[in-house]
Amino acid sequence: MTTATPTVAAGTQKTDGTPTTTAGRVRKRLNSRTATLVSIVIAVVWTIPTFGLLVSSLRPEDEIKTTGWWTSFTNPQFTFENYEQVLFGRSSSSGQLAGSFINSLAITIPSVLFPLAFACLAAYALAWINFRGRDWVYIAIFALQIVPLQMALVPLLRFFSTGVSLGGVTLMPAWDLVDEQKFAQVWFAHTCFALPFAVFLLHNFISQLPGDLMEAARVDGATHPKIFRTIVLPLITPALAAFGIFQFLWVWNDLLVALIFAGGGDETAPLTVRLAEMAGTRGNEWQRLTAGAFVSIVVPLIVFLSLQRFFVRGLLAGSVKG
Amino acid sequence: MEFDFADQQPKLLMLMYGLVAFVLVVGGLLLLLDVVPAWFARRREAQLVAASVGGAPLPRRPKQREGIFALFFLLPTLLLLTIGLVVPAIRTVLLSLMNRTSTEWVGLDNFGWMFSDDAIVRVLINTLIWVLLVPLVATGFGLIYAVLVDKARFEAVAKSLIFLPMAISFVGASIIWKFVYAYRGEGDQIGLLNQIVVSLGGEPKQWLLESPLNTLLLIVIMVWIQAGFAMVVLSAAIKAIPGDIVEAARLDGVSPWQMFWQITMPSIRPALIVVMVTLTIATLKVFDIVRTSTNGNYDTSVIANEMYNQAFRYSENGRGSALAVFLFLLVIPVVIYQVRNLRQQREG
Repeated sequence: MTTATPTVAAGTQKTDGTPTTTAGRVRKRLNSRTATLVSIVIAVVWTIPTFGLLVSSLRPEDEIKTTGWWTSFTNPQFTFENYEQVLFGRSSSSGQLAGSFINSLAITIPSVLFPLAFACLAAYALAWINFRGRDWVYIAIFALQIVPLQMALVPLLRFFSTGVSLGGVTLMPAWDLVDEQKFAQVWFAHTCFALPFAVFLLHNFISQLPGDLMEAARVDGATHPKIFRTIVLPLITPALAAFGIFQFLWVWNDLLVALIFAGGGDETAPLTVRLAEMAGTRGNEWQRLTAGAFVSIVVPLIVFLSLQRFFVRGLLAGSVKG
Repeated sequence: MEFDFADQQPKLLMLMYGLVAFVLVVGGLLLLLDVVPAWFARRREAQLVAASVGGAPLPRRPKQREGIFALFFLLPTLLLLTIGLVVPAIRTVLLSLMNRTSTEWVGLDNFGWMFSDDAIVRVLINTLIWVLLVPLVATGFGLIYAVLVDKARFEAVAKSLIFLPMAISFVGASIIWKFVYAYRGEGDQIGLLNQIVVSLGGEPKQWLLESPLNTLLLIVIMVWIQAGFAMVVLSAAIKAIPGDIVEAARLDGVSPWQMFWQITMPSIRPALIVVMVTLTIATLKVFDIVRTSTNGNYDTSVIANEMYNQAFRYSENGRGSALAVFLFLLVIPVVIYQVRNLRQQREG
């Protein structure tokens, strides 16, 4: 809620604006000056590692490998070659991250949309439709938040690779997905893992909508689907945005689920998987690692900076992700 | 310098299939939800007509219709949660009691192995260090920063800078910090940390190879990412403290120190607990940082990393599952603590 803070801050500032003595006033101003200074210094220190990475990614290979990035202030030499290499390079050692970038997109977009839609429907039902056992269903979904996704990995992978059979009868055949078809597995896994938190977060918002509104619509003869589409959806767009950003950052930045369900092949490996692999096998190729890391960072950074407001709101509304 | 766009087409096609599936499923569901009630309404109308003609008692059944709606709204979620989470979790518990190929029951052998194998004991100790340090340090830092930056100039910018690492992937963050810890045998250092050490007259080190220091250095990465989260939540809590309480305390001549311990701390206690619990759970499951930075070598592995290794690299399904179950068991007390606190808060 960073954008909303100044007004509050100004309000509290007024209350301490009346120190009794001159010395007291000076000390107070000094204190707030020191606080400002210290907080700025810390913020800068916090940013230095990222800044160093960005500067390095723009330096020529020889320079990166022999001198520190801070020397480029006295000896500036910049190039985009690292980015060209790491994104479009022909050799397999260069990373070929352009392909991985597309993989990341192909994994992320459906993995955000599916849980968003399903959770939205479920949250509405749990908040506004009266049916027997409603509270129990909600509690069960809520409780699933605490199951670490590690608990589901091995069986879920088997579910994809061997299908389901009960007592020798095949209930569902293996998915047998190859190459880019494996995206479907990743979508499925991400959707399942996201749902408990998504339902919880959206239920928080949807259940707080004014009941009179629903009642009035019901009296007018509107059915649940109609109320959902015409009244609820428009009202909860900020919540949808909040969860959308959460899920986007989570999926785009995820390593574990992608590693297991997408694998390391060129056709499916997203940026995180490819970068983790590069960090392991080519740990000293800093010209590629720095540029590659920045490629993976830039999209979430843009999303985050432009939609920070919604993100923080979501964070404060349901800050317990299990 | 060539990039063949044709290679990428199958992926984009697959993405399109995914989007079409999305439209079909969600759109289909909404359509169904429109058609079904209309059908029921028509049937009810027909019944009403029949009843009024035949003089029979009027049928009443609005309750059941609600239930059918709820079922349709909840169907995708319940189905996916059952297939993707509930059944797998139960199977994992069963697998943890079986051998590596899941063909024989072995009782609690896998759990016994966890506590008798020195390498795994080391993993458990590392996880303990992580869980003790990360929530404490990140929350502490976030709190100090939230207090410090409150009312300071450039508050919004300063907060954004601390918060920024939240957007960066653990993998990206690990590479950023690996670069900070980088080591060169001779000549100029390229890693910031070694440069600082050298300029202070010390010897450069291979930081990530030195146990137990390396675990602490990996923890720094996690704290760097999570401090922003703690700061934002706590900052909001501090701003929510009613102004008149603060003013009354000021009029009583309370020192800033007393103000912090007697006004601020008690007021933000619920937020503090939420932050600590969230960070504890996140830390228990930490995987990406360890895998990217050291791959779990040099005595840095943690439970989640070992679970991945056992289950997916060594095909030790029993042991991997046992580690997952253990992870789950560790999460439970933290959640119970959280729930109990929430309840107290509501009652008090």
